[in-house]
Amino acid sequence: MNEGAPDPGLYDYVPYRGRPKITWPGGKTVAVWVAPNLEFYEIDPPAHPSRKAWARPHPDVVGYGHRDHSNRVSHWRMADVMLRHGFPGSVSLSVALCQHHPEVVADANARGWEFFSHGIYNTRYAYGMDEAQERAIIADSIRTVREATGQTIRGWLAPALTHTPRTLDLIAEAGLDYTCDLYHDDQVQDVKVASRRLASIPYSLEVNDHYGFFVYNMSGREYADTLVRQYERLAAEGENSGTVMCIPLHAYLIGQPHRIGPFEEALRHIAADGRAWIARAGEIVDAWRGQTA
Amino acid sequence: MSLDPAYLEYPNRRLGYDHDLYPWSALHQRPPITWPKGSVAVWVCVSLEWFPITPSDTPFRAPGHMQTAYPDYRHYTARDYGNRVGAWRMLDALDKIGARASFATNAAVAERYPELVRALAGHEIIAHSTDMNGTIDSSLTEAEERALIGDALDRLEAASGVRPEGWLSIARSQSFRTADLLKEHGIVWCADWVNDELPYRFSNGLINCPLNHELSDRQIIAVQQQSADSWAQSLEDAFNWLVGEAAATGGGRMLPIHVTPYIMGLPYRIGAFERLLERLAARQECWFASGGEIVSSWQSQA
Repeated sequence: MNEGAPDPGLYDYVPYRGRPKITWPGGKTVAVWVAPNLEFYEIDPPAHPSRKAWARPHPDVVGYGHRDHSNRVSHWRMADVMLRHGFPGSVSLSVALCQHHPEVVADANARGWEFFSHGIYNTRYAYGMDEAQERAIIADSIRTVREATGQTIRGWLAPALTHTPRTLDLIAEAGLDYTCDLYHDDQVQDVKVASRRLASIPYSLEVNDHYGFFVYNMSGREYADTLVRQYERLAAEGENSGTVMCIPLHAYLIGQPHRIGPFEEALRHIAADGRAWIARAGEIVDAWRGQTA
Repeated sequence: MSLDPAYLEYPNRRLGYDHDLYPWSALHQRPPITWPKGSVAVWVCVSLEWFPITPSDTPFRAPGHMQTAYPDYRHYTARDYGNRVGAWRMLDALDKIGARASFATNAAVAERYPELVRALAGHEIIAHSTDMNGTIDSSLTEAEERALIGDALDRLEAASGVRPEGWLSIARSQSFRTADLLKEHGIVWCADWVNDELPYRFSNGLINCPLNHELSDRQIIAVQQQSADSWAQSLEDAFNWLVGEAAATGGGRMLPIHVTPYIMGLPYRIGAFERLLERLAARQECWFASGGEIVSSWQSQA
């Protein structure tokens, strides 16, 4: 990026109207991917100079316990619902989960889910890291996921969405193919990086379950309706050029007993519609890359 | 610019948690639990709260506490409405279906409103600190926290005649010491940790019976600003999901319904609460139980 400039220079302006036609496999109009965040939050993380990890003095019992619900209860509830309707996960992974709760990571791997890095912990922020420090967390991510799952990560969603001006260049240089951190489009787009090529895959932050329940204060039914509306619009517009819909999730939110039922109905709707290419993030990036010069 | 090198060190990156408060366990791998009746234990927990008009903020101001400059008649009286009116509506609703509930009771409520405490006969009283100034977090000293917990239990026992076995912290907020201090005072179970959907045991033997904050009227109505009908719909959706899960796995499930008299006990909301209880009472899968009954049933099997 152009560090310090008013326009960070992440990408060129490309108007939505008149773009080249992207076609998804099987003639589908919208690529749908589900991104469960499998996270570990530390109960007593070190202080970061520019961001507090918890609202309350440690232990933040509700904050920590709420997130721990994922790793004791709701991961499996959410994953079973996804499986029933044919949705694999592309996991935004706090890679230290491989050490803390390898059972959760192994379960996701056994289901054929793809992993990308969401940093070491969601309580360790990248702001202010120097280049060597940021390279260290990227290398740690690649090594940790490879050892735990045999997979080589291809993507990055910055821990707690914290970046430095170098993040995109460094992940591209390290061999990663996509970022989930840019929210400027409903189609896959190229990002300007110093070396190699990096794709921005839509992560649809606005329909992230955290946004649904804690920014927009929706009920479970309202959130499910939001997903269906998002899907219907993108499926229709994808007739012109293939669109992407992501469903970014946290088991401790979507996997609560009052929300999972309506969510299952939304997945049922999307799976039954016929216009959705249900895929993993890497497959979507590859299918798009194969149609661009 | 760079961060302190210690920020990239992870001394607690290890198998299991980064603390020793309780061990990891996945609910779906535990032996199935069977309840005395039905497959979903429905736990109604009512918070009885008295907010002094003089908030002390030691260590923090409880949710629902005073908001204006002194004297905040508006919030003092609107909260006390729950004790004068709302709680009685809830008692009637529970009586109508014969459901036993838990009442998480400030010691000050028991002292100030003996008629209300007498009306709790047949229900369960659990401790809920001294009054709504009695908040806990790690900025309290050990001596302060020990004194607060002891004071709350002694006063509640003196005023109600019952030494409670259960504890709910204000805003579910604990320090790193709270579990040990509760154990030291003879508490059998607390309800503060929302990380599970069945009781489980802390490393020190204390039991946690999770009282889901996401399903509470405070969260759905006061924070998320949903209607009472939307709240009731969410609770019924949760019940139906848990019934299905219990049937599929053979393991009993639990639905905590945490309500607040000054929120759900209002004239225009109480009907949604009554209708929800009646709809659940009509279901054969439903076992209305107090937290203590759920914990006892679980203990006999775990």
